[in-house]
Amino acid sequence: MRAGVIVFPGSNCDRDLAEGFKAAGADVTMVWHKDTALPSGLDIVGIPGGFSFGDYLRCGAIAAQSPISKAVVDFAEKGGHVLGICNGFQVLCETGLLPGVLMRNAGLRFVCRQERLEVATENSAFTGRYKLDEEITIPIAHHDGNFSADADLVAQLEAEDRVAFRYLDNPNGSAGDIAGILSENRRVLGLMPHPERAVSDAQGNSDGMRVFTSLTEALVAA
Amino acid sequence: MKARVHVMLKNGVLDPQGEAVRHALGSLGFDGVEGVRQGKVIDLDLAEGTSEDAVKEMCEKLLANTVIESYQIEMQV
Repeated sequence: MRAGVIVFPGSNCDRDLAEGFKAAGADVTMVWHKDTALPSGLDIVGIPGGFSFGDYLRCGAIAAQSPISKAVVDFAEKGGHVLGICNGFQVLCETGLLPGVLMRNAGLRFVCRQERLEVATENSAFTGRYKLDEEITIPIAHHDGNFSADADLVAQLEAEDRVAFRYLDNPNGSAGDIAGILSENRRVLGLMPHPERAVSDAQGNSDGMRVFTSLTEALVAA
Repeated sequence: MKARVHVMLKNGVLDPQGEAVRHALGSLGFDGVEGVRQGKVIDLDLAEGTSEDAVKEMCEKLLANTVIESYQIEMQV
């Protein structure tokens, strides 16, 4: 599997994300945001967490207009897989690849803690190695993770089995306790929790590893 | 020439920051503040002849997220 990890000014989980992909056996190329094209032959693009462009204007808004983001949108529209974590999820919502918006946490505080999640679908390249309804723990660290969508959109995401992970103790006011969602073609995943911060015992938790091994399995076989 | 863009959350979108400001006003003794909504004002310095349509496009593409925000443009000649 060949993975590309996008680096924006202010990204700070880019190397962690690269390590997550590598731990699952992927070749990883870092891609600077000013590049106008992705390296050829990528199986997946990762958009890391952090504070791209200082969160100015709105989280992810300026990154979503970066030259590389147009290439990422093209890649996704041609059926490529994209994984956006935390700020990456915010960027994906701002590009329109995923619906909804991530607003300020309902409690107004930055929340940084281990978070209990429920796996809401096995049916994606990102979650194939989890069991439906399995409880896992993945760290979160965000100020703007309040997934906001109207009731129709939440109902549609549920009906189409596009909720990937759900919070068990909703930390930020997200509609429907939603922690991560899939695109219509199920090849784009955005989530606020950080699976790349839970890929080895050295991090105290390896519940996030299967996001990456699921991908290796699904995309190598493809 | 200049333009001023006002960006506000749409009606019905919960504004937790506005709510926090409302509470703070209440605790300062300002009774009767029934609601606070917080938005942004963006001033643009523009080349002469820039059209309002161009500013509108800026709003749609970047300045506002029209899923949750509305905007108003004031062109100042």
